[in-house]
Amino acid sequence: MDTDDLGAWIREFARLVAQNKEKLTDLDSAIGDGDHGANMDRGMTAVVAALDAEPPDSPSALFKKVGMTLISKVGGASGPLYGTAFLRMAASADTTVDTAGFAKVLRAGLDGVVARGKAELGDKTMVDALAPAVDALDAAVAAGASQKEALRAAADAAGQGREATIPLVARKGRASYLGERSAGHADPGATSTTLLLIAAATALGDED
Amino acid sequence: MKKLINDPANVIADALHGLALAHPELRVDHENRIVVRGDAPVQGKVGLVSGGGSGHEPLHAGFVGRGMLDAACAGEVFTSPVPDQMVAATKAVDGGAGVLHIVKNYTGDVMNFELAAEMVAAESGTEVASVIIDDDVAVQDSLYTAGRRGVGATVLVEKIAGAAAEEGRSLGEVADVARKVNAYARSMGLALTSCTVPAAGKPTFDLPDDQMEVGIGIHGEPGRRRVPVAPANEIAEMLVSPILSDLDFTGGDGVIAFVNGMGATPLIELYIMYNEVSQLLAKAGIPVARSLVGPYITSLDMAGCSVTLLKADDEILRLWDAPVNTPALRRGV
Repeated sequence: MDTDDLGAWIREFARLVAQNKEKLTDLDSAIGDGDHGANMDRGMTAVVAALDAEPPDSPSALFKKVGMTLISKVGGASGPLYGTAFLRMAASADTTVDTAGFAKVLRAGLDGVVARGKAELGDKTMVDALAPAVDALDAAVAAGASQKEALRAAADAAGQGREATIPLVARKGRASYLGERSAGHADPGATSTTLLLIAAATALGDED
Repeated sequence: MKKLINDPANVIADALHGLALAHPELRVDHENRIVVRGDAPVQGKVGLVSGGGSGHEPLHAGFVGRGMLDAACAGEVFTSPVPDQMVAATKAVDGGAGVLHIVKNYTGDVMNFELAAEMVAAESGTEVASVIIDDDVAVQDSLYTAGRRGVGATVLVEKIAGAAAEEGRSLGEVADVARKVNAYARSMGLALTSCTVPAAGKPTFDLPDDQMEVGIGIHGEPGRRRVPVAPANEIAEMLVSPILSDLDFTGGDGVIAFVNGMGATPLIELYIMYNEVSQLLAKAGIPVARSLVGPYITSLDMAGCSVTLLKADDEILRLWDAPVNTPALRRGV
């Protein structure tokens, strides 16, 4: 995967966020403050504009631009969380990224989210989608899976992680004020994170 | 939705233009959406920066001026500002003695201010300290929540820490004063109606005419429970008793009692509430040393009120009495 391939991943994520804006907002209205779809869409639209204006020349520069733009444009909790994830990915990305390298990059992003948000698995946050995805990616790489298979496994694990947030009681963020009333709804952050992994499987999953 | 607005998308920008024209003694940076003291940076004084989602006016921009904040960052309605704004505000008020960030305890605010502090540290020598305000007893403070919300105590912290900074105290000392005020303050709020976020166009939650929400936050978040509408004396009891059972207010130099309006409640009702609150405190043997009554930390057009009690000592009272000159709080000048 080179800079252009990874850029295609980011653009596919922006497209999925725009397509699912209403869905993300509805999920957030149920247990948060109803702005996740609009905030992420505003952020990713700005990311695509920034990439168009000045195409980055390395994976690291790409991720840095994505992270800085999200931090500057999104606000709320998702701006710092996604922004920190991409800044950590920038710090760990080599000049070209193979599947194992992508797993390493994504793991660095997960570590960033955990460091920033201090959420643990089961708190009903984006970690519940991202952590199983990174684990699945590592396992697939270790088992010698193709890039396509590995990224599909990661996307599937993210989706399952997202589904698993539905019965959970939120322990972080504004949803935690609801206590038991937060159960019965999928977490909006885990949902947008699943879109990020689906985008990877779509945009980067062509090569075997 | 009936509101005195133009395009809902321009609410913050339009309001900041009005603030700038009404208060030429303040500097408004419209690009960064920050409001700065006209004479900032004040050399040798610790700079105080706060900010948060808009919709709580006069908090925070209405408290920018001598004796209180040096700068305020305005986010979208009920959405945290972004770090770029906080970095710009921090730079604008750095008079060489460091900058204190006063942050209400909401996940977004905390993380954006944290990032801003990291960005300032990475690009300049400005020393930044942060204090988190979390005084809302309606929220259980446990591992299983994001912690208590920052509400009424924020106004008291901004006033008292602002006075400490004006005295020329160090960053560490001003931060300690702010933390002490937060530690000694507790709040509880109640809503009679929902609020309507301009961009949403409809009330945030449904509250029937004969019901009220006890333990409400300042963004229309749910409270502890929904109960039938009651007379003011019973409402005061619902607000004061959880505060008194959360912290021992006896044995100090009395309290600063703050009855706050949520935005749509008239002052006459706030004084009725203040009367009831005073009587409950007298009954509990807690003297009132100072008071504040009015809409100071609001939730758009929500009707209702909150009560904040701050356990006072000599230092707190002296700093409370110090001169202040801001759009929303002015005395001794």
